[in-house]
Amino acid sequence: MKKIIGSLGVLILVIIVAVGTLTTKNYEETVLDKLRDSFGEKHIPSVDHSKFARLQKEFHSPNEVTAECIECHNKRHEEVMHSNHWNWEREEYIEGRGIVSIGKKNAMNNFCIGTQGNEKSCAKCHIGYGMDEKGFSFTDANNIDCLVCHDNTETYAKAPNAGGEPLATLNFNKIAENVGKPKRSNCGVCHFFGGGGDNVKHGDLSSLMFEPSSDIDVHMAIDGMDLQCVDCHTTEQHIIAGKMYSLSSMNHNRIFCEDCHTATPHEKEILNEHTLKVACQTCHIPIYAKEKSTKMTWDWSKAGKLKNGQPYHEEDSLGNHTYLSIKGSFTWDRNIKPEYQWFNGTASHYLEGDVIDDTTKALVMNELHGSYKDSESKIIPVKVHRAIQPFDPVNKILIQPKLYSDNKGEGAFWQDFNWQTASKEGMKDAGLPFSGNISFIHTEMNWPINHQVSSAINSVHCSECHTRENSRLAQLNDFYMPGRDYSKVVDFLGIWNIILAIVGIIIHGSLRIFAAKKLNNGVKNND
Amino acid sequence: MTRKVYVYRSFERFWHWLQAILIIFLAFTGFEIHGGYSFFGFEEAVAYHNIAAYLFITLIVFAIFWHFTTGEWKQYLPTYKNLTAQMRYYLWGIFNDAPHPTKKTVLRKLNPMQKLTYFGLKVLVIPIMVSSGILYILYRYPQRHEIRYLNIDSLEIIAIIHTIAAFFLVSFVIVHLYLITTGETLTSNLKAMFTGYEELEDDDYGNKNLEEKK
Repeated sequence: MKKIIGSLGVLILVIIVAVGTLTTKNYEETVLDKLRDSFGEKHIPSVDHSKFARLQKEFHSPNEVTAECIECHNKRHEEVMHSNHWNWEREEYIEGRGIVSIGKKNAMNNFCIGTQGNEKSCAKCHIGYGMDEKGFSFTDANNIDCLVCHDNTETYAKAPNAGGEPLATLNFNKIAENVGKPKRSNCGVCHFFGGGGDNVKHGDLSSLMFEPSSDIDVHMAIDGMDLQCVDCHTTEQHIIAGKMYSLSSMNHNRIFCEDCHTATPHEKEILNEHTLKVACQTCHIPIYAKEKSTKMTWDWSKAGKLKNGQPYHEEDSLGNHTYLSIKGSFTWDRNIKPEYQWFNGTASHYLEGDVIDDTTKALVMNELHGSYKDSESKIIPVKVHRAIQPFDPVNKILIQPKLYSDNKGEGAFWQDFNWQTASKEGMKDAGLPFSGNISFIHTEMNWPINHQVSSAINSVHCSECHTRENSRLAQLNDFYMPGRDYSKVVDFLGIWNIILAIVGIIIHGSLRIFAAKKLNNGVKNND
Repeated sequence: MTRKVYVYRSFERFWHWLQAILIIFLAFTGFEIHGGYSFFGFEEAVAYHNIAAYLFITLIVFAIFWHFTTGEWKQYLPTYKNLTAQMRYYLWGIFNDAPHPTKKTVLRKLNPMQKLTYFGLKVLVIPIMVSSGILYILYRYPQRHEIRYLNIDSLEIIAIIHTIAAFFLVSFVIVHLYLITTGETLTSNLKAMFTGYEELEDDDYGNKNLEEKK
């Protein structure tokens, strides 16, 4: 029925369109074909490291391996030491506050809050050796951890709470002889586990991304193009393209889908027009945290409960922690529809010591800038992580607690479960004032979603946004969108206009029938 | 005495019926886009609506040409003469089998209320509908890349004006469909629009002459 009426309605048009489109068309290699060709070629290393005698000597520490790397690659360490991965900070311009140095060193988040005072534990994901709360030698090239990124054996692993040192049991010769271009596994060991567990932070980067199927990610799928992280996150002189706005503020060094796919990749022009205001990810990542859950909320205020004097944990049916004495209670979700925000590539951040203006509403840790009226802005999908975390109600600043220490009695929360001492020690390490009062505040953190792209047929349909009920973009109210928006007054008056017209017709028509009968009867009577 | 007269010429009938189909189809797809029901699906509704809109505009161009070359446009000039008489007829006379207050002739096929209504449609509602529709189609914000159309920063006012005009047109179509039945007989108007011929009363200057010319 649908089809019949539809085709009837456009019958003539179909003929016209057919004449237009059936004119001879030469087959042209599409952008996608070209991309498949270029990324289908596998990288061939230029040297075989197993042939180098210097890598076959006995290594007593990872630093000795680094020294051997630098012997040949004698400028690379300087590049590394200029990188964000090494420095954990960079200079960024933030609207309204100017140029600041920002990074894991001084920014705060609403997961494990911050690195200060907890370096020994956090450094498991630093590309160096020997970091602890006393500091780190950022100038000692032998502290560079080349292997965590360049090991191609997938055996290299860092030890927990060891300041970035690898496990003692590793075979450094085997690893050093098999170094190469970073693979998904190299990046993934840190970036898939940010926040202290699988897919905790990003939502679109889980352990499934090590070997994803095409349902999880069309680009990296092992049954597809099998792209590696560095295929998109291209690297020049150890400066890696692309960044996450949990710590970034400026609209530079970004990667866009358009870089490969062009700004107008669709056959349908109406979709290409959408690209002016809608980021590719918005339609092409209909859900994130596919299969593997991500953390959605984190309530630090519940942390510290003990059973028989011992910390404990609780899990949900999928094995996700819902409670940890050391961290509080959590909620998780998977296969999630993102939230959507306007974004122009700039963000502002809550940095250590920033005074909170309004403590009654949720504090946005990293505000993404943008609006409909801003021509640089596009709608992007975002994971919003909501937390309740400690703050000092007198100084109105977020508290950086000391969480980790090796031993009890040093004030670390994960050892002593005492907010008072943990806050006091943590704020001291961070060089921040602490009034002695602890309260808890709602915070939100925005994580733009860029990975786990679905195949084109599974992308978001028009009617998921262009609808009055449950529009995906229901939260973005600064513009008029057909299908979602309408004037209540116009609709009310318009519908009543139609109803009154019909009622008028019914009354008029009835009166005519009535009058006609009466006239007929009159005629008959007259006869 | 009545006589069968050729009132509606072939292009006029073609124009009328294609316009009728297009307006109903545009209304149906348009209100689906507007929201409230789903039949074709949003994407298809937009595509069909746009194609029908271009067809409608094309038809209007031909119709304007036809009206001016034939001089038929004069039929639509509104007049106050007999306007109240026509209203009185619909409100009173029609129930008493009174005669139509105006005689339909080839040179005057529209009664005063029709003249006023169609004139309003032609100079107000349809132009508003078409121009707001064209702005709707060409609307882009912002203007960037290879896409260069109009740079209007909000669709809202365009969309609302388009919607208001659409409600007017739908109301018109409903009332129009009813008023078809108020001719000499229930179906005489409808038949005339299909065949072109209608039984009209002879008069001094119109029907007879034309009939002979033909």
